[in-house]
Formats: sequence, structure tokens, C-alpha cells
Amino acid sequence: MGLILAAAEWGGEFEGVLDPITSLFSTPIIFGEDWRVAGVSLYFNRATFIAVVMTLVAVTLFVAAMWNPKVVPGKLQSVAEMVVEFIRQLASDIIGPKGHRYVPLLTSFFVFILFMNIAKITPVFMLPPTGRIAFPLFLALITWFVYVGAGIREQGFGHYFKELAFPPGVPKALYVLLTPIELLSGLILRPFTLMLRLFANMVAGHILVVITLVSIHVFLPSLPWGSLVGVFGLVAAPLVFGFELLIIGLQAYIFTMLAAVYIGSSVEPAH
Amino acid sequence: MENLGNGLVFGLATLGPGIGLGMLIGKAIESMARQPEAAGMVRTTMFIGIAVVEALALLGFVLAFAI
Repeated sequence: MGLILAAAEWGGEFEGVLDPITSLFSTPIIFGEDWRVAGVSLYFNRATFIAVVMTLVAVTLFVAAMWNPKVVPGKLQSVAEMVVEFIRQLASDIIGPKGHRYVPLLTSFFVFILFMNIAKITPVFMLPPTGRIAFPLFLALITWFVYVGAGIREQGFGHYFKELAFPPGVPKALYVLLTPIELLSGLILRPFTLMLRLFANMVAGHILVVITLVSIHVFLPSLPWGSLVGVFGLVAAPLVFGFELLIIGLQAYIFTMLAAVYIGSSVEPAH
Repeated sequence: MENLGNGLVFGLATLGPGIGLGMLIGKAIESMARQPEAAGMVRTTMFIGIAVVEALALLGFVLAFAI
């Protein structure tokens, strides 16, 4: 960033190309500006459009893979089976034998987040819908309802909240300190950090990709010294894309795994 | 000046979690190398720990833009 700013002094054109950081996330309304149901606008902007397209791609791939399942799977079918098997393994490792009923939910989380994130480095789209706060927020809310619901169903309402607020095996006097912390972390901080982790990673990745690509666009034509930054951007762009691909997979995995951990902690009482 | 402050917020917020993540992952790798059969359990616990530590840095990132 400092390098880019220094080179800007040498004659890179900032005006009109690098707007304030908010413009990286400007998502103009495509249609339906006036659509309102009970005061909530239902318009389509770029992020929603990308989300719908990527969801359709994911659904199409899975339907195509499982439309005509064979005993000896083809390429597409074996990839789809690998994904499901991977999540099933994760669920049975973390949640235990009761984890099988959560495999569909966790697989949906993984595939949805993966495809939303891949839009970040897909040409034409180049915007992760998960970089808009609404998507991580609702994914985290679903997780919250599922793990609290699982705790209430498996342990009973009173027992679940008693275990949550007063973890056993602690001296009585410590509950003054421990109970507020446990309640805060168990009920508020968990979904909040779940949301924030995905959101912040996607925003940071989006800014990184955009800065790399824009620095090529701005500085490559500005001779003589500015073009050095452009060349740097050209070299860095594939590396940044590879790095982002790693982050994309890792974030989808971490979100799924933490959701499984939270569900597991309420299905199985504290060990 | 305000931009400088925003940068400082995130920069300072990364210091503690950076040290924490280094220690956490280092220890996890150490124990995985000692007992490869426990690698799965260690990895799961490591990710839970990472999730807790990383939250602080992420809070700094969000606050840098929110303030």
C-alpha cells in the first residue's frame, strides 16, 4: 500500500480510478427498486445476483452429479461424494454418533460458503456475496438457532441453560465471575465471531484482490517509475489469486467446523 | 489523520493475536509431530483455539472501518 501511494506521487492517476474504499462494495440496483413487502425492499443488486447465479451453479453441479448415480462413480459424482464424505467424517469426528442428522446442514453450509466465496476470484463477478454482512449474519443466525435448539432438545431446556451458565467442576465462588463470561461467550460471542470471521476475511480478500488488479491498471501505463509498481502488480496478481483460493477453502471449512463444534458442545454435555 | 488512526487500530489489534496464533499453532504442530495418531484431535482443538484468538484481530479489523 505504501509502495502504491509512493508511486502515485510519481504520476499515477488516482482520481476516478481509486475512489474511497466504500466504492469497492458499491452494488448498483439491477432491477426491482420499487418492490416492497411490508416496508422491506426486495430489490436485486449485484451481490444478490451473484449469490443467485452461484447457488444455481452449485445446485446444477450436484443435481448433475447425482441425477443418475452409478456404482462406479464418474468424475463429477466422485467429487460430489467426496465432499459429502468429507463433511460426514468431520461431523462424526466432532459431534460424535449423533452427528449424522446434521450432515445435510453442514454440507449445505460448506458448499454454499465455498461457492459464494469463489465468486471473489471468478472473472466477471469479482465480488464475494459473503463480503456483504447479510450473508454471514444469516448463516450465523441459522447456526445459533440450530445449536441452541439441539441443546434444548438433547438436554432439556433447564438443564441446557444450567450447564451453559454454571459449568460443573468449578468452585462455587468462581461462578460470580464465570457465569456472565460463559453466557456472553456461549450465546452472543459465538455467532458474532462466526459472522465476523467470514465477513472480515472476505472483505479483506476483496480489498487485496482489487488493490492488486487496480494497481496494474493504473500504474502500468504511467512511465517511467510508476510502471515498476504495475510490473510488481502483474507478478503479484497470480500469487494473490492463489492465496485467496486458499483462504476461500479455509474459511468455508472453518465455518463448517465451528458450526459442528458448537452443535457438538450442546449435543454432548461438557465432558 | 483519521486514516492513520484506522490503520493503527488494525495494526495494534494484530499484535497480540499474532503472537498468540504463533504459539498456538507451533505447539499444535509440536504435539502432532510427537503423536501423529492424535493429529485429528489436536487439529480440531487447534482450530477452536484459533477461532477464539483470531476473533480479537477481526474485531480490530472491523473497528478500524467502523470508527
